[in-house]
Amino acid sequence: MNAPAKIHAKAPAKGHAIRPRANGRPWTFYVLAGLFALYLIALYGPMFSIYILSFQDLKGGLVFPMRGFSLHWFEELFYQTRTGDFSGSFRRSIGLAVLVTIITVVFSFMAGLAFRKRFWGDTFVFYLMIGSLVAPGLVLGIGIGLAFTMMGLQASWYTSALGAQLSWTLPFGILVMFAVMSRFNNDWEEAARDLGASAAQRIWMVVLPILAPGLVAVALFGFTLSYDEFARTLQTAGPLNTLPLEIWSMTLNVTSPSLYALGTVSTVVSFLIIGISLGSIALIQRQRAAAARSGE
Amino acid sequence: MKTGNGDIELAGIVKSYDEGRTYAVNGINLKIPDGAYCCLLGPSGCGKSTILRMIAGHEDPTAGEIVIGGENVVGLAPVERRTAMMFQSYALFPHLSVRDNIAFALRVRGQSKAERYRKADEMIEKVRLTELADRLPGQLSGGQQQRVALARAAITEPRVLLLDEPLSALDEHLRIRMRSELRSMQQDLGITFIHVTHTQMEAIALADMVVVMDKGVIRQSGPAREIYSAPKDRYVAEFIGGQNVLSGKVGKVNGARATMLGASFSEIAIPLPSGRHLEAGQPLDIAIRRDDIELKPYAEKPMLAEDAASVEGTVSAIEYQGNYVKVMLDAAGEDEFVAFVPERKFFENNLTVGEKVLAVWQVTHTQVMA
Repeated sequence: MNAPAKIHAKAPAKGHAIRPRANGRPWTFYVLAGLFALYLIALYGPMFSIYILSFQDLKGGLVFPMRGFSLHWFEELFYQTRTGDFSGSFRRSIGLAVLVTIITVVFSFMAGLAFRKRFWGDTFVFYLMIGSLVAPGLVLGIGIGLAFTMMGLQASWYTSALGAQLSWTLPFGILVMFAVMSRFNNDWEEAARDLGASAAQRIWMVVLPILAPGLVAVALFGFTLSYDEFARTLQTAGPLNTLPLEIWSMTLNVTSPSLYALGTVSTVVSFLIIGISLGSIALIQRQRAAAARSGE
Repeated sequence: MKTGNGDIELAGIVKSYDEGRTYAVNGINLKIPDGAYCCLLGPSGCGKSTILRMIAGHEDPTAGEIVIGGENVVGLAPVERRTAMMFQSYALFPHLSVRDNIAFALRVRGQSKAERYRKADEMIEKVRLTELADRLPGQLSGGQQQRVALARAAITEPRVLLLDEPLSALDEHLRIRMRSELRSMQQDLGITFIHVTHTQMEAIALADMVVVMDKGVIRQSGPAREIYSAPKDRYVAEFIGGQNVLSGKVGKVNGARATMLGASFSEIAIPLPSGRHLEAGQPLDIAIRRDDIELKPYAEKPMLAEDAASVEGTVSAIEYQGNYVKVMLDAAGEDEFVAFVPERKFFENNLTVGEKVLAVWQVTHTQVMA
């Protein structure tokens, strides 16, 4: 009775012999997994605490425990009375980010096309670009702010702050564009020329559609880098704050959970933007596939 | 679909870079008749692709004229030249379907969608891609992509089609199939094809006219058979292959015959080519086709016929090739000396490595080169 049962029990084990057993991981796996879990907690723990605390009730304070649940501090945000100019700074930040995005996309696209060939001074331009990328943002911002004062110009978010942010987003955008262009086959453009396309038609019918997903990625970079830029904007924004500056000044004088509510709202906006960007890339690809399927 | 005269004349074409310090192409004169299938053959970097791109209008020559159908086209755009190019990478637009790729040239001319799709569909049918018309290029096999590229170029009704290494992206099996497809496409369209390749067999199999190039100059041009069986010099003979090249000095000159002496072989009888003057002591290269060589036992040397030439050597290696056997001899010093022995004949008197043999050929089969 015993012998056949033994054979039977062994049979499935034989079948799985190639695959590692579920508990066949080395001990280092558990050490590293534990480290990773700690890392995740350290990274997201504080953020999620803020999101949760922003839903404090009226009686609640800046720390746990939660005293009830409400949207009170979100309402508070939209009245400048106690907390500061949330809606104004939010509108300015969005406006600035849109401006920065447009300029970054246009110039990165053109730079990407230009840098396919060697031109006079190309290395110099490239190092200039890297230079403004690695320069400490705060110092760069102070420099631009001082320059505006010296020239007797009023610093504002749409002039000096725009310039300061571009010194950061443009090199980033162009570097992303280099990666995108590395997969661009120059034969495509030449083939279009061979088939009679004018310079404008080559850009419009071949280069832009092929690079479109990459340009969306550049736009996403430009927007998010601008939207939460602090160091370069601090000394260049002028009298009216952008959102990150507003949050910072609130941490100095606001002692209510509306500060947390602000954090929650700006995070939601960031995720919306990322969602829209990724969604549009997916949409471009789906449309192409659909166009290819129907043909009409 | 014959559309105007596609004969091409290149006159003194030079292409130099770095203000004349390096030459990609250095003085090319070439006439290609209308409706010919011409292969530019040479190793990479010999300037063959540069010539193609200059004919296409993607590069301008530093000097010289490119005349197509009697008209100098230097400075004209590709469409004005009525040339079309097929790229090595095929360069199919990845975001457009097969139909839209093929219709692209008509779209940039501003033709309506209905009109250009009708013409594109005709072309798609011609290259047998009807079921795949709505696919994207990324979803096609290499051979299908090549057909799309061909159709996209042909829809512009060019008088010259330029093909840059069109078969190099395909695997061996497909290459041979697409080769014959290219040839029949050329006969269908009845236009001039110029095909750049570095593969000798491809050029010989396809072309009416083979142009062998080296370092920016033409070494020899002519019909495939002439290039193969009567190479002009050592470079051509070695590049095309199938030849044993021997170097030596002219020995005795005697009427219609002469002899050649070499370091590694005794006297070889050679024919005296008409219209050429040979002088004793003059250095000379000759070529003998590997399939013209017969291997005989060494002992038969005194019994050779009057019109036979021979060298002796030891068999250094034997390679079975299926329909023939490749026997390598150490008969020519540094140079390779090979005999292609028909398979059945080889096994009648099985040779072994190390055996001393006599390589015999007819004197008249010798190609006397520069």
